[in-house]
Amino acid sequence: MTLEIVGISVLWMFLFGYVIIASVDFGAGFFNAYSAFTNKEHVLTNIIQRYLSPVWEITNVFLVFFFVGAIGFFPKTAFYYGTALLVPASIAIVLLAIRGSYYAFATYGARISHKGYIYMYGLAGLLIPAAWSTVLTISEGGFIYLENGAPVLDYWALFSSPLTWSIVVLALSAVLYISAVFLTWYARKAGDDRASDLLRKYSLIWSVPTIVTATGIIVELRAHNEEHFANLIGLWWVFALSALLFFGTVFLLWKRRNYGMAFILLVGQFFLAFSGYGVSHYPYLLYPYLTLYDGFTNEAMAIALIIAFLAGFALLLPSLYLVLRLFLFDKDYVQGKSDYHV
Amino acid sequence: MVNGDAVFYSRLLTELTLSFHIIYATIGVGVPLMIMIAQWVGIRKNDEHYILLARRWARGFVITVAVGVVTGTAIGLQLSLLWPNFMELAGNAIALPLFMETFAFFFEAIFLGIYLYTWDRFEDQRKHFLLLIPVAIGASFSAVFITMVNAFMSSPRGFDLVSGELVNINPVLAMFTPAMPTKVSHVVVTAYMTAAFVLAAIAAFRMLRGSDHIYHKKALFLTMKLGLIFAIATAIIGDFSGKYLAVYQPEKLAAAEWHFETEGDASLVLFGLLEGEEVRYGLELPYALSILAHGNPRSEVIGLNDFPADELPPLYIHYLFDLMVTIGMALTLLSLIYVAAKWRGWKFIESRWFRWLIVLGGPLSLVAIEMGWWFTEVGRQPWVLRGIMRTEEAATTSGQVDLMLILFAGLYLILGIGSIVVLTRMFRRNPVEQELADREAERGGGRA
Ligand code: HDD
Ligand code: HEM
Ligand code: HEM
Repeated sequence: MTLEIVGISVLWMFLFGYVIIASVDFGAGFFNAYSAFTNKEHVLTNIIQRYLSPVWEITNVFLVFFFVGAIGFFPKTAFYYGTALLVPASIAIVLLAIRGSYYAFATYGARISHKGYIYMYGLAGLLIPAAWSTVLTISEGGFIYLENGAPVLDYWALFSSPLTWSIVVLALSAVLYISAVFLTWYARKAGDDRASDLLRKYSLIWSVPTIVTATGIIVELRAHNEEHFANLIGLWWVFALSALLFFGTVFLLWKRRNYGMAFILLVGQFFLAFSGYGVSHYPYLLYPYLTLYDGFTNEAMAIALIIAFLAGFALLLPSLYLVLRLFLFDKDYVQGKSDYHV
Repeated sequence: MVNGDAVFYSRLLTELTLSFHIIYATIGVGVPLMIMIAQWVGIRKNDEHYILLARRWARGFVITVAVGVVTGTAIGLQLSLLWPNFMELAGNAIALPLFMETFAFFFEAIFLGIYLYTWDRFEDQRKHFLLLIPVAIGASFSAVFITMVNAFMSSPRGFDLVSGELVNINPVLAMFTPAMPTKVSHVVVTAYMTAAFVLAAIAAFRMLRGSDHIYHKKALFLTMKLGLIFAIATAIIGDFSGKYLAVYQPEKLAAAEWHFETEGDASLVLFGLLEGEEVRYGLELPYALSILAHGNPRSEVIGLNDFPADELPPLYIHYLFDLMVTIGMALTLLSLIYVAAKWRGWKFIESRWFRWLIVLGGPLSLVAIEMGWWFTEVGRQPWVLRGIMRTEEAATTSGQVDLMLILFAGLYLILGIGSIVVLTRMFRRNPVEQELADREAERGGGRA
């Protein structure tokens, strides 16, 4: 395994972590806003306060880790993506700020529970994945061109491409699907059957667009980026396995059985699909300008970063386990029997 | 290829974001230590008041951390968005501390989450206290690592420059540059100092508002003592920072002191107005500049006229430096008087005017933080990486930076107002007297 592969694998792992954890967070905000809208509050609000408030900063660090690591391992990404993404990334920052401030100002601050704020918080949770997912589209090539040696993003091409919109739709339905499945499980653990039933319904609803758009995108890639498409097809078995896990999750939900296992299968499904996608993208970071190899940092830095990563990871793993034990697996806490907030 | 507008607006936006972030970041570095000390004192003395102090500080801290995280994420991304060429070059040499910083955040975020949600959950209070240690360590180490990056910008080391490319990179050497020791320690200590004076200001303000509960008196005495310790440390390390500048960035020191001719027996001028090369109305301290620069009243200090004109920073940094130093001295004096008066039993420190001075100390220490950073950053101009890359070469070529500036200015305005409103509401709705009474009742109820 070369250093380049180690580097990209570390980054990909953190991106995957962010996708799953943040999806739970984003989706919950949306469902919460939706139930406020239809006046079915309380069913979800509680869960959001018990589970999401303590961990949102941790979620955010996954993102920071990814983009800081990207600059570290692949400094040239700063040049290409940094120049081109000024506007979409700035918008994503503002949306992240809305969500962060909601936790601070509304859940543990002065409890400002204005409905408009709840809607904004929910909506921001959908717009962020939409904004980030365009980065994936851009990486397929065809949207960035060089003008006097500086990368420029062609907004018109980006927004008129069907690929962009299917990736956006996939991102949104995947967020809602992941979130609903997790929260179905969490609500059941919390002994809140009403919430669990509602979320189970949401999971089943959102499973359909998730699988449909995921398949659609593979077809569209054929027209957009043939090389990538061919690589994807070469890995067909990974995607087949991923689809199998998907049906496993849906089956369990349908039968109202073992929601914990359903969520684990879902993580497996996304892990396979995500890795398959990543591997087939190899060796490009940005078609056709930037590959893993010419974007890579020097060897000394790469080794230093990997050592730092291993040391850091050894420190974090036990701490993450502690968090999970306290907030996810502690029955009294989950069921709201104990409240120890500062 | 240089795009003047983009450079200008990128600068403005960087200045805006960092100036805003630094307020929350400084509080984020300093306050965990204060909470830790209060809680420790509370456990040691078995004094409910200090425990409650820690708890109420922690509650406010949650709000400032959240805004710190949000704005920090913004600046982290903006570094790549606004300065892509700089990050591409610097990423090769200084990515290591930046990367380690995220681990420090991670560590802090995890334990902060646990700490906040486990009040009174443990039988043994000391266990809960232990959770705070990683929070304080994580916060301080974020400051250490990010300041290492900033030190690298002032005195880049750990590589060879061959026709515009960085080669033979040594990531560890790049972390330990000549600017690093003074800069890192000054930043960390000033954060502690600022947190102490901000919390002292809050206590003094409550007392001015008519609350004379012993709780506030304990809070004020504790924070003023800590303020004094850290203010003295700040001044000492600040003096070392001056010595660093004299050797490694003499043009910055000369510009800060309006020191034009290289000469010995140099005197230090505070404030004043510049007319040509003459300083009017300034307060002149003979030999002080030579002492600040080299620790010897006779030694020679390099002057501005020895540098090429296009490599000089703007001369207004003189005021930034002077303001920072003046505030530092004033706060040292204020806390010294307070602590001495407590000791000798002088009564004037309980008068309204003295309490107002303490209230003023909070915002003033934040002003000093801003002045210090502006001095450091503007004083490095025209370089973004001193001697290697000029600021205008580093900036993005995008044409939309001005729009983003407006967007972010709006965001920070809302966040700033929001955090102030939320903090004041939070504490007004639940005054200390009320909370102490509630806890008392709860206990009594529990025992009966
Ligand atoms: C509460 C805030 C505060 C106070 C009271 C002081 N400083 Fe400071 N100073 C800072 C907050 C700060 C800072 C914000 O932390 C800076 C900006 C960047 C840095 O490295 O530290 C800084 C930078 C800074 C520098 C520039 C270092 C460089 O550019 O590399 C010098 C020479 C001093 N300080 C010296 C002093 C002296 C002699 C003080 C006398 C009491 C003093 N400071 C008080
Ligand atoms: C260019 C400069 C800076 C960058 C890129 C930066 C980046 C960041 C990022 C990404 C976060 C959010 C981390 C999270 O998600 O938890 C953050 C928060 C924070 N930053 Fe900054 N930062 C900068 C300057 C500073 C400075 C100078 C200090 C200290 C003196 C500092 C101290 C902190 C602290 C302590 C936090 C945690 C939030 C809190 O506890 O309040 N930062 N910063
Ligand atoms: C948090 C406290 C900080 C504040 C308030 C601050 C303030 C400023 C200011 C005022 C400028 C503009 C100088 C000018 O254009 O004349 C600037 C520039 C800049 N600073 Fe800082 N700075 C801080 C810390 C940092 C750190 C820790 C880093 C790096 C990790 C950093 C990176 C930059 C960069 C890349 C620029 C743009 C290039 C330049 O103008 O030199 N800053 N900052």
